[in-house]
Amino acid sequence: MTGVQETVIYEKAMDLNFLDEVYHIPGGEKIKDCIQCGTCSGSCPVSWAMEQTPRQIFAMVRAGMRDKVLDSTTIWTCASCYQCMNRCPQEIKITDIMYMLKRMAMRENRKRSKNAAALSKAFFDIVNKKGRNHETSLMFKVVMSTDPLGGVSLAPVGWGLISHNRLPIFGKKVRDIDGLQKIVAKAQELGGE
Amino acid sequence: MRYAYYPGCSLEATGRPYQDSVTEVAKALDIELVELEDWNCCGATAYMSINEVLSFSLSARNLCQAKKIGDTLVTACSACYTNLRKTETYLADFPEIKSKVDASLAEAGIRYEGGITTKHFLQTIVEDVGLEKVKSHVRKPLTGLRVAPYYGCQIARPYGIEDDTDNPTMMDKLLTILGATPTEYPMKTVCCGGSLMGIQKDVALRLCRNILLCAQQGGAQCVAVTCPLCQMNLDAFQSSINKAYGTNFNLPIVYFTQLMGMAFGSNSKSLGLNQCIVPATTVMATYAS
Repeated sequence: MTGVQETVIYEKAMDLNFLDEVYHIPGGEKIKDCIQCGTCSGSCPVSWAMEQTPRQIFAMVRAGMRDKVLDSTTIWTCASCYQCMNRCPQEIKITDIMYMLKRMAMRENRKRSKNAAALSKAFFDIVNKKGRNHETSLMFKVVMSTDPLGGVSLAPVGWGLISHNRLPIFGKKVRDIDGLQKIVAKAQELGGE
Repeated sequence: MRYAYYPGCSLEATGRPYQDSVTEVAKALDIELVELEDWNCCGATAYMSINEVLSFSLSARNLCQAKKIGDTLVTACSACYTNLRKTETYLADFPEIKSKVDASLAEAGIRYEGGITTKHFLQTIVEDVGLEKVKSHVRKPLTGLRVAPYYGCQIARPYGIEDDTDNPTMMDKLLTILGATPTEYPMKTVCCGGSLMGIQKDVALRLCRNILLCAQQGGAQCVAVTCPLCQMNLDAFQSSINKAYGTNFNLPIVYFTQLMGMAFGSNSKSLGLNQCIVPATTVMATYAS
């Protein structure tokens, strides 16, 4: 594809509402101040593993490339280490905006969000039921829902933790689980963005 | 000294040795840690990817439980710490978020009033207890032990401790007081990959490989950590790293509280040192004598 063709497609794919959605989150408007300096990409410990670097993602957000951004694996490679946000000269809440893009992708069931969504969902289910995370169940659920066969390679890691008494069979539960579940239900209703 | 204390879920499982060593150290330094009543999970990084209001509501509930005990909440987990600090900040700065969190908490009859400061246990030790007092408790100085001070990412970030964000020195100073030698360690605050170990393992393994390699090149005999997830990634996955990269790392990954306990003369079992997967007891026994 030539550069011109690519530009044409990009313009067709522009979604200006996307920008509004991003500006809407607390602190989101700061993205208008992005000067494309690349400090985020240079600081990111995982930019080498990303489809697009953080700087590119932010240029794409501002160009209204909704599908391309939400289908990028970049947002899921972000480990939330906050180094970009620490160093951004324009004080953009980069990590927090990445979180918002993750939420949008997950809500829209974007295909490439599958593994990360499985982890978040497994985590959510456990905490919603018990009020606390039970790491043993979490590890098991994630492996079973993402890569049951590949999970075999994790057996030595699991055994290492079990044999050192670091993976208890039973987890603890919040006593006022009813109250907590009410909070969760309301927050889910209000946090739909 | 009396504080509200939030252990977090990891400290009941993979991070159990962290909890045990925090307890030992607190006892030695006369710090009273009052565990929050009926605390819940902070939501880690997973909740923030699902629903922001929900994530803030979970931490806000814990902050409300803390307020019943005092004005300062202490936690030793860097991820819990970041979530609690982020929640304080967002609820203070963004009224639209606060009103949604308030409405959610109201469902359980809880009211968030703020006025809570969250501190990482490392801060409590260095800033509140003070290095002089720590020094007075050292019975078995860790003389000659070379330790890579690995702070991990979240503790040194926008919602983190007030220290140099790229080159924090809080733990370096503590290690020195214990008699150990902090090594030159440029990767102090580079991320270990966190929960990427569960979803993009190759990426996380490479990050951890680099963290270990850098420690080894600096001549470290062990790596000191402040976060249960860093500990698990570097310790439980060290053999996976060796397999993937053909390396032969054999670096014990210990909590700074375990090093403190050793220097204070606690026995290694009560500090959970025998629960390190890469054996740590031999190195520790050699130096804490």
